[in-house]
Amino acid sequence: MKRIPVLLPLGLAVLWLVLTESLSWGNVALGLVLGFGMVLSFQNLRPVTPRFRRVHVGFGLLFKVLVDIVKSNIAVGRIVLGLTHGREVRSGFLDIPLDMRDPHGLAVLAMIVTATPGTVWSGLADDSSMLRLHILDLQDPEAWIRTIKQRYERPLLEIFE
Amino acid sequence: MMPEIPAWIALPATVLLIVGGLLTLVGSIGLLRMPNFFMRIHSVSMGNTLGVGCVLVASMLIASAVAHRPVIHELLITLFVVFTAPITAIVLMQAAIRRTKPPKQ
Repeated sequence: MKRIPVLLPLGLAVLWLVLTESLSWGNVALGLVLGFGMVLSFQNLRPVTPRFRRVHVGFGLLFKVLVDIVKSNIAVGRIVLGLTHGREVRSGFLDIPLDMRDPHGLAVLAMIVTATPGTVWSGLADDSSMLRLHILDLQDPEAWIRTIKQRYERPLLEIFE
Repeated sequence: MMPEIPAWIALPATVLLIVGGLLTLVGSIGLLRMPNFFMRIHSVSMGNTLGVGCVLVASMLIASAVAHRPVIHELLITLFVVFTAPITAIVLMQAAIRRTKPPKQ
């Protein structure tokens, strides 16, 4: 028999409580029933249950991503307004070899890539060994590969694999 | 009647709204200025990330001040935007790649 997931139903219950803005016993019970009910009825659609290790790494990653969101917004804004000191902006596709295979880690990587303007997820090899990104300012491909692998992939590997 | 909002909340909220609006405006200008789809998709995401983020934090500040208690509804909007944005971005990108011959880098 499969292990009954706990984290996801509890998360859904918390989501319900924030949504209804109440901490009454009725809503706590309803949230738990909804959470466990939904997760149990959708179990067959979720073949892989995530294993979390070293969750504290996630806080550092979250902070780094927030900083990067601000930075990349400024960078893309400058390019849109033409404030690049006369430098021509070349955009293009970039292939990045990945070590991560866990679908949850890849999903979080997709969120990070989408949340930072200037990079868009443009494809993943069938065995998730190669990620293709479209990058607005592809001046230094090596630096982009380093950023994705060191700054994002490494902490995600520590959390999910 | 307008509820009373203390200045130390009204000021940062105003700044956040202006910054968020400007970011979204610049992103939309990019829609007009960028030469092809692959470059345009980057500029739109400005409004979708920091632009919407600023507006949501401003909303949290004002709503908390008016209700005299912390209002954190907006975190859910952030969560849903973060969860769903990659899906549309990936689908749009795949459609664009299949429809057009991607520009040589």
